[in-house]
Amino acid sequence: MPCSVCAIPRPVFLLLLIMQGTLALLASAAVSATDIGQLKSAKGEVWIERSGARLPAVVGTRVQTVDVVRTGADGSVGMVMVDNSLLSMGPNSVLSLDRLDYDATTQRGRFDTSLQKGSLSVVSGRIAKQSPDAMSVRTPAAILGVRGTEFVVSADE
Amino acid sequence: MNESPAWLRGALCAAAAMLLVGACAHQAAPVPKKGTTVILLPSQDGAKAAVAVKQDGKEVVLDQPYAAAKPSAQGPERYTSNPQEVEAKFGPALAAMPARPTSFTLYFVEGKDEFAEQSKPQVDAVFSEIARRAVPDVVVIGHTDTVGSDKKNDALALQRAELVRSELIKRGLAPGSVTAIGRGKRELLVPTADGVAEQRNRRVEILVR
Repeated sequence: MPCSVCAIPRPVFLLLLIMQGTLALLASAAVSATDIGQLKSAKGEVWIERSGARLPAVVGTRVQTVDVVRTGADGSVGMVMVDNSLLSMGPNSVLSLDRLDYDATTQRGRFDTSLQKGSLSVVSGRIAKQSPDAMSVRTPAAILGVRGTEFVVSADE
Repeated sequence: MNESPAWLRGALCAAAAMLLVGACAHQAAPVPKKGTTVILLPSQDGAKAAVAVKQDGKEVVLDQPYAAAKPSAQGPERYTSNPQEVEAKFGPALAAMPARPTSFTLYFVEGKDEFAEQSKPQVDAVFSEIARRAVPDVVVIGHTDTVGSDKKNDALALQRAELVRSELIKRGLAPGSVTAIGRGKRELLVPTADGVAEQRNRRVEILVR
C-alpha cells in the first residue's frame, strides 16, 4: 500500500474502502448481468424472441440467455458474446442461446446454443479455449463439441 | 452411396426395411437433404482447432481445415470441403461475421496504477480503433506480475483495469460499453516463478470488439 493511506484515520479508510466497493458495483451494473452478448451486424429481417415477445434486433441490441435469434429470408446477423465468441447467422435461421455462464476472472464457463434451422458461422472464444468441452452447438440431428475455433454448421429441414 | 447400383440400393433397402420400417424413405434421394453439415475452417490466429460431431452414437472429429461432415443414412459422413462450397452455402452467414476483437496492451510502473512512459501513445491507438467500429464495446483486463498473494494481485489487477476504464470514460466512451476485469497473476505474458517482479506482466489489455 502506498503510504498516503497511512495518514488516513482507520475508520475513514474503511469507509473509503466500502465506498470504492459500492462504486465498483455500480460501474459493473452498467452492463446488465443477464446480457451475454451484443449484435454487431444486422441486415434484412432479424428479430429476437424473449419470453414470448418479439423484439426488434438492431446493431447494438444486447442478447440474454434463452433468447432465440431469428432471421427472415433476406436476414443475416452477427454477434459478439461476453467470452469473445463470435456467431453469425445466414437467412431463414433460428438460433437459441440456451446457456452462457462465464467467470471473467478465471475464464471458465459453459456456452450452449441450438441451431434449430439455417446456417451458422462460429469463432469460438475464451470458454472453449479454457475448457475444451465447455462449448456445444446442438442441431436437430447432431451435437457439436467445440474444441476451437472457426467452423460453419447448417441445419437443413 | 451415390455410386452404388440401383439393384444394390434396393437390396439394402429391403434388408433395412426388415429391421426398421420407414428407414428407406431417405435413401431414395441421392443425398439426404435433412441433417447437419459441419465444415471446419482455417483458424485466423493459427490456434489448434477441432470440432467433434456426434450423431446417433457415431462421432466424427474434424481437425484439419475444410475437414467436414455431412449427413448420410449411416450418420455423419466425413468428406473434404473447399472454399467454394463454404461460400455457396455459408456466404451470407460469413458476411455477417463481426470484426475480430483488437487487443492493445498498456504497461504499468511497478506496484502502482500508473502507466509506464512507453504506453502513453497506445491510448490514442485504442481510441482510433474504437472510432472505427459501429457499436464498440470495450473490455479492460488487468494483469499483474507474480509478486504478492493472489488476493493482493486480484485487487491490484482490477484497480488498474478500473483506472483505465475511467480514463476511457473521461475521454468520451459511454460507461455502459466498457467493463473492467481483473485476472491477477493467472495469465502471465512472460512466464516466471512466483514472486518475480516482471514489468511485461504488469499490464492492462484493452479489447475493442
